[in-house]
Parts: sequence; C-alpha cells; structure tokens
Amino acid sequence: MQVRSMHFKAAASQKLADRRLQDALRKTQGKFVAGRAQAILELENFDEIRDAARRIRDRVLEHLDLYLEQFERNATARGAVVHWAENAEEANRIICDIARVHGVKKAAKSKSMVSEECALNDALEAAGVQVVETDLGEYILQLANEPPSHIVAPVVHKSKDEISDLFERHHQRARKESVPDLCREAREVLRPHFLSADMGISGANFIVAETGSTLIVTNEGNGRLCTTMPRVHVAITGIEKVVPTLEDVTTLLRLLPRSATGQSITNYVSVTTGVRAPGEEDGPEHFHIVLVDNGRSRLLGTDFQAMLRCIRCGACMNHCPVYQTIGGHAYGWVYPGPMGSILTPSYVGIENALDLPNASTLCNQCGVVCPVKIPLPELQRKLREKQVERRLRPWTERLALRLWAYAAAQPEIYSLGARLAARMLRRMGGSERLIHRLPPGASGWTQGRDMPAPEGKTFHELYRQRSAGR
Amino acid sequence: MSAKQRIIEKIRAARGKQAEPSAPVRAAVERYLAQHPEGPRPRSDWDALARFRERATALSSTVDVIPSVEGVPAAVAGYLKAQQLSLEAVIWPAFKALDWSRGGVAVEARQARGDDLVGITGAFCAVAETGTLMLISGAFTPAAVSLLPETHIAVVPVSRIVKGMEEAWSLLRAECAAMPRAVNFVSGPSRTADIEQTINLGAHGPYRVHIILTASD
Repeated sequence: MQVRSMHFKAAASQKLADRRLQDALRKTQGKFVAGRAQAILELENFDEIRDAARRIRDRVLEHLDLYLEQFERNATARGAVVHWAENAEEANRIICDIARVHGVKKAAKSKSMVSEECALNDALEAAGVQVVETDLGEYILQLANEPPSHIVAPVVHKSKDEISDLFERHHQRARKESVPDLCREAREVLRPHFLSADMGISGANFIVAETGSTLIVTNEGNGRLCTTMPRVHVAITGIEKVVPTLEDVTTLLRLLPRSATGQSITNYVSVTTGVRAPGEEDGPEHFHIVLVDNGRSRLLGTDFQAMLRCIRCGACMNHCPVYQTIGGHAYGWVYPGPMGSILTPSYVGIENALDLPNASTLCNQCGVVCPVKIPLPELQRKLREKQVERRLRPWTERLALRLWAYAAAQPEIYSLGARLAARMLRRMGGSERLIHRLPPGASGWTQGRDMPAPEGKTFHELYRQRSAGR
Repeated sequence: MSAKQRIIEKIRAARGKQAEPSAPVRAAVERYLAQHPEGPRPRSDWDALARFRERATALSSTVDVIPSVEGVPAAVAGYLKAQQLSLEAVIWPAFKALDWSRGGVAVEARQARGDDLVGITGAFCAVAETGTLMLISGAFTPAAVSLLPETHIAVVPVSRIVKGMEEAWSLLRAECAAMPRAVNFVSGPSRTADIEQTINLGAHGPYRVHIILTASD
C-alpha cells in the first residue's frame, strides 16, 4: 500500500471536517470499548493471562530464528510449501508465481493486513488474476476502491446508506436498506466466487511451530471457505506471528477476541495443517505459506522490539481519543492508531511518518488495554527522541528548544522571561481572563478552544511572597 | 544466499547471535515444544454440561439434549419442522445407518454443495468454557457439510464435552496420530458486524447452529 503518512496533518483536518465520517465514528464509538470492558470481566485472572501472553510473545522473539525453522520443518512435513519474502515485492512475486504455476484465474481472499502492506491485490490483478475480497468489510472497500480504516472493522468509517448505494450500483439489484438484506445480498453474490475460485488467500493470526499449522480467527465463515474450497491455498503472514505450541495459542485466544470485539471467542477458529489427505473430499491440494519480513527483523534487538509482540486486536485504536476523532485513513498506511504510530515509521521509514508518534497525548489508554502489554506511549516517546536525534524536526522547533534550553540554564533570564510572559498573557486575557487567539506559532492551540489566562504572577513570585508573609 | 538465509541471518545479527545457535539453546526450544506447558486458566468450577449449554446458547446456538443417538432422526425432524426449514439434509457418513425414515427427513451422505440447505455433522468434541464445537476434517468428516448449508446441526455425545481448549488438544493428541488438515472451532452461527457495528447472524456460513447432545454414547 502506498504510504501517505507524511500528509497526516492535512488528512486529519479533512477528516475532522467530514460530516459523514464524524457521524459514522460517533455511531460506533464506544461499542468496542464497552464490549471489551464487559468481556474481560469473564476472566477473573485477566492480568495473569496477559502476563503469560506477553511471556509467550517474548519467548518467540528471543528465539525467532529457531521457532521459524521448527515451523517450516513441521509445515513442510505435512506437504505445505513455506516461502520466505524479505519485502513486499518479493512476497508479491512469489504469490504471482504460485498463481501462474497452478493456472489460477480467480482468487477468493480472506482478510489479511500483511497483504495490504504488500498491495498484493494490485500485483495479482496485474498478473491477470481476478481477486475477490470476501470479508464483508473488505468486499465493500474493494467495490469502493478504498483502503481499510481499521484492522478489525475495516469499513467502520462507512454508513449503511453509503453501502446501500454501492451495492445498488455494483450488483444492479433492487436497493437494500436493512443490514440483514445487505448481508444476504453479499452472501448471494460472493457464494459463487468461493465455489469457482482456483486459489484461496488468507492471512494468519498465528502460525504454530509445534504443528506447522496456520490459524485464523473469523466470524463470517469466509476464511473457512477460502481455505477449504479452492484447490490452492496461500497463507501470507508476518514472520513475527509464530507461536510455539497449541497451548500457547489457547492462552492468546483468551485475549485476542475479547480485546478486539468483546467476544469471548470468535465464531470460527480455524487451524489448517498441510494439504488434503488421501480419501478426503475437501481441502486444498496445494498449500503455500509465505512468511514476510518487510521490516520486522529490523525491530529485533532495538527499543522497539516489544512492538513485535502485537497480536493485532485493535484495542489500542478503539481506545485512542485521536483515532476516535479522525478515524483510520488519516494515518496514511495499513495500521492506524497507536500501533500504527509505531509500525508505520518503523516499516516505511521514520522520515515518512513524522507526525504519527506526535499525534498522541500520551494518555496511555492504549498501553492500559494492550493484551500483551506493549508500552505504546513509551515507544511513541522514543520515536520522538529519535526524530530529534536525527534532526528531523523543523528548524523552528529546534531553535525554540535551543533557546529554551539556554534560558533554563540561566535562572535570572528564565525568571525574567517567565514574568514577562505571565504579565503579557494576563493582559491578552482581558476581563474574561480567556485568550481567544494565541499568536502565530501557537495559534493552533486556540483554534477550537480558549486558553485560560494566567493570574499574572509566576510560581516563583508567589512562592517568595507567601514564604515572606509566613 | 536465499531469502530464508538472509532473514534468519538478520534475526540472529539483531539478537547478537551471529553464528548458529548452540546445541543447548536448540534443545531448550525443542523441549518446550515437546512439553507444551499450559498457561494460566480462568476459573472452571462449573458443571461442564450446564456451562456448555449456557455458553452455546449465549452465542446463539440452540441446544437439545436427547437420551441416545437413536433419537437423532426424530430430534432433527422436530427441529426442522418447528423452524419451518427444509427436510432434506446432507449428512456425515457416520449417521447413514440411523433410521431416518421415521422422522421424515431425506438425507444424503455426501460432500456438501453450494445449494444444500441443511448439513448434519458430528463433532470431535465440545468445549464447555466457551460453548464451542470442535470439528476435524477427514475422509468421513467432510469439512464443507458444517459450512455451506444455511443450517448446521451437530450431534455430540455428552461424554465428549471437555472443560477447555487445553483438554481438546490433549484429546486430539491422544486420538489422532497427526494434526488433521483442518481443525475448526465453531461457536454459533456465522455473523458479521461490519456494517455500522450491528451484529447480523448469518454471513457466509450457517445462519443457524443446532446442537443435539446425546446423553448415552
């Protein structure tokens, strides 16, 4: 997917002014938050399970090479073919080759964020393969030719009316107004594709080293159809998704759906291992697994390694006041919200996503809800530090900080400056004691609110005054 | 050098491990996989059958308990008639020998097609903690029968209800020589909340899941 994160500020302003988007966000806001809050009550030892989950993910990252080799050995023993791709282009080339070798005309695709990273659909279409997204949300986006705005609920930014319009236009059937009718129509339109596709493409929420299996959690059943009906199955996923054992998967599964959608378990948890066995009437004859690096190995051994624990539940964005206000598209790449503010600069270059780690109040809602305890605000702060170290901040900001650092080291100058500023701001506040507009450079702060004016005396002055009077 | 070698090398370099991992490190990883220890579990002081019924119902499955497997044709017919559903079903071969003539349901033991309306399957076991069915694929347990039809009916002996997913894996390791091609945990009818986060039952899989528990095996 093309990176547009450098345009974050402009995009965010646009999204704030988008009435339709704001309506859609308002409608759904809180549903995920309330759902998760309710679901975690089912686990009286929720925090103990989170610690265990974190240890599982850390164990994998500590020996990622060995667990990946174990996974490959066990998957290969069952007739799957494991491919390794250093970057998106390599992943696309591998999958286009698989399609060519097996004479694939049509691929039915289940939701995969790694395939979004790679822009796999474009590559396959260019190679003459028709790709049909089958997750309802992703299918709607394919019709609308838009990227997802949420990693779990990709179409959260669209209203039902917009979807009715899209279906009417593309399906050329009578307009459907209700959610059940829209879902029924999508089922009827997509069912023939599942049955006629030569290739099914899925992601993997986890891959299991012990058994060489790939695992997906889904609700709609399209993931099961994509991995059962077509004669070729391709699973594309990141190298960090490996989990040692089925028991470890079980621990993570107690957290993933609860954190994501507030479900105690998703409708389907599908574990696929190898190819169709002799005598079996369904299942793919060919199973290819593509393990994608695409920047992940670069995070190992750095301050940002903890980010690779991520199990893609989306709780961080659901709880983020910034995401709740602007939606996912403004972030400009596959992963929005707090997790995206770490992953995007890490994968596509810190200089291409300067605003993302700064688009946060460091309120730590994301850190509190993360099921594998990734310290997201801390990582955001580290990215800010890196921007300063690499001199990527604007010269005005650097100059201002340098002036401040100089003044802060000279108590006389500092207190004089503070006194002047306090007096000036008081005057600006007038009788209302509210500043409606700050001068250029700080004017953004007062764009949507007033700034309370200070009393006119600095802390130092008041302190001295009060200790003298004692 | 292959992409695999380059990725593995990058991982090792990042972790400060330039060379091959040592034999003890390898052995520790292999030992962990062989032992597959359990993680912490939520409280489970409930009765498995009661818990399964309660959770399955909460996930919009319907549950019926009958004395024995001989009663399945009548129970299936009763359910389908009450719901005003088709009386034609595709079934797993294991249920072919039952006397289907009594209930008036016409069954065919074969792979499911895209337009079948009712699919009847067994299950490898059922998980009480979440109210979930565990199905495994095989020559006599085709996966599509529980997936393509609009109504899925599953027949499970009460004795096959296990506490949690951990017990399901243990049972699988004990009874299957190798991991089946597909292991599917099914928790109610397929659903989607993609449109305005409004839950809609019936997406690409079944609209209804009806579970018939048989008290004796």
